[in-house]
Amino acid sequence: MALAKRIIPCLDVDNGRVVKGINFKEVKDAGDPVEFAKKYSQQGADELVFLDITASEQKRDIIKNVVRNVARVIDIPFTVGGGIKKLEDARDILLSGADKVSINTSAIKNPELITELMSIFGKQCIVVAIDVKKNYYEIDPKETLKDNYEHKLKQNKHYWFEVMIYGGKERTGIDAIKWARKVEKLGAGEVLLTSIDADGTEEGYDLELNKIICRKLSIPVIASGGCGKPIHMLEVFQKTNVDAALAASIFHYKKSTIKKVKQFLKRNNIYVRI
Amino acid sequence: MRLNDIAIFDYGAGNLYSLKCSLERNGATKVSVIKSLKNIHKHDGLILPGVGNFDPAIRSIQPYRSDFNNLLEKNFPILGICLGMEMLFNNSEEGKLEGLKILNGRVIMLPIKKVKIPHMGWNNLEIIEKACKILHGLKDGCWVYFVHSYHVVSKDKKVIVANSQYGGTIPVVVEKNNLFGTQFHPEKSGINGAKIIKNFLTICGGKY
Repeated sequence: MALAKRIIPCLDVDNGRVVKGINFKEVKDAGDPVEFAKKYSQQGADELVFLDITASEQKRDIIKNVVRNVARVIDIPFTVGGGIKKLEDARDILLSGADKVSINTSAIKNPELITELMSIFGKQCIVVAIDVKKNYYEIDPKETLKDNYEHKLKQNKHYWFEVMIYGGKERTGIDAIKWARKVEKLGAGEVLLTSIDADGTEEGYDLELNKIICRKLSIPVIASGGCGKPIHMLEVFQKTNVDAALAASIFHYKKSTIKKVKQFLKRNNIYVRI
Repeated sequence: MRLNDIAIFDYGAGNLYSLKCSLERNGATKVSVIKSLKNIHKHDGLILPGVGNFDPAIRSIQPYRSDFNNLLEKNFPILGICLGMEMLFNNSEEGKLEGLKILNGRVIMLPIKKVKIPHMGWNNLEIIEKACKILHGLKDGCWVYFVHSYHVVSKDKKVIVANSQYGGTIPVVVEKNNLFGTQFHPEKSGINGAKIIKNFLTICGGKY
C-alpha cells in the first residue's frame, strides 16, 4: 500500500480539436477532446494533460469550452497548459473545471506568477513545465568550473541543462536545475520536465536529467519526452525518482494502451494503479 | 424520488466546478454554490470543498459559526473534503487561526524528510471501520486520488474509519454521526470516489 507511479497521456489541442503530428511535421485532426478524455480515463490513465496549441489569441475562449466539457464527463484529474500568460488566463482555466494549470514561458518571463497563483489557488494547482536542452561547452573544462552551472563530463565535452522557452525555440541562458529549485521555492506543486533532446526520438526519457532534477526537489516530478515503448517508462521509474511518466505518441498511435503499459510495469514491480 | 439538493460552501478559492459535476453525475438533483450558511436548512447536505488555504477558508465560514453548530445538533449531513476535513479540527500548521474544533485533534505537515510534498496521486485506502456509512461498498485497499501537504492527527481515534500510508500511517477518512471527512478528493477518484459521493447523497436523502 503506497503511492502509485502515475501514467499520464498528453493531448495537443488546436482550435478545440485533438491533433496529432505525423513525423513531427504535419498535423492531423484526430478528434474530440471529450471522447479522448473518456477513452483514456476508462483505460486507466491516472491523469490527463491537455496542451493548447491554438495559435490565435482570439480563439483562446475555445479551450475554456473544451475544459468545461471534459470536466463534466471525467472523474480523474486533468491539467491544462499552453498560452497561459497571466493570472486571469489561469483563473479562467481553473474556474472552467481544470484541476491544474501548467505554465512554462510565462513563468520564466514573470516568476512571481507562480507565487500569485499559489497563494490564490494553492500549490496543488500549479504545474511548472520546464523544457530542457543540453548545451555543450566547447571550451576548457576548467574555465567552465568558474560558472555556477552544474555540469558533467561526457565524451570530453561539458554540457549543462538549459531552460528553453516558446516551445523550445528560444534559449534563456538559465540553468534548469537552478530554475527547478527556484520554482519549487516560489510555490509550484509539481514540475513537468521535458527533455527537448529526447522529445520525438522515441528512444527513451533523458534519465540523467530526470535523476538530477528529482534529487534536487522535494515536489513531484513528471518525466516527459522520448517515450516510444513501455520499457522506457519502466527505465525512468527504475532509474530515477520521478513520480509520473507522460507520453503522447505511444498511446495515440496505438502502439500500446495504458492498460498494457501498466500491466507491464506491474509485472516488473513498479507500483501502479490497476 | 426524494430531492437531493446539495450545497457547496465557497471560500472564494477556485475550482468547484468538477465537484459540482461529480455531484450531478452521481445523482444530486440540485447543486448550489453558497457563500453563507443562513439558508442552509433549505438544502439536504453541505460540502466543505478541498480547494484553498486554511486561514481564508476559516475566516469565510466563521460568521456562520452558530448556523454551523445548529447543523451539527440536527445531525445534518456534512462532508469535508481535504482542506474541508482539516478545518473540522482544532488548528493547523498551515494557518494561524483556530479551526472549527468539531473534531479533537490538529493538522500538521507531512514528514518532509521522508516523502515528497504535496502527496499527489493515487494511494490505497486501508479501511479500519468496515461498518462506516461513507465507505459503504468500497473494498479495502481501493485507490483514491490525493493532493495535500498537511494531514490530521486525531485525538479521538474512534472517528477514524480509514488510513493511508504516506511517510507513515495517516488518517484519511473520518466519520462521526452524519459528519464526514476525506483527506483525498472523491470527485477525482474515479469509480471509488463516485461510490463515496453516492453514499453521501444517500445519507443526504435520509435513508440512514
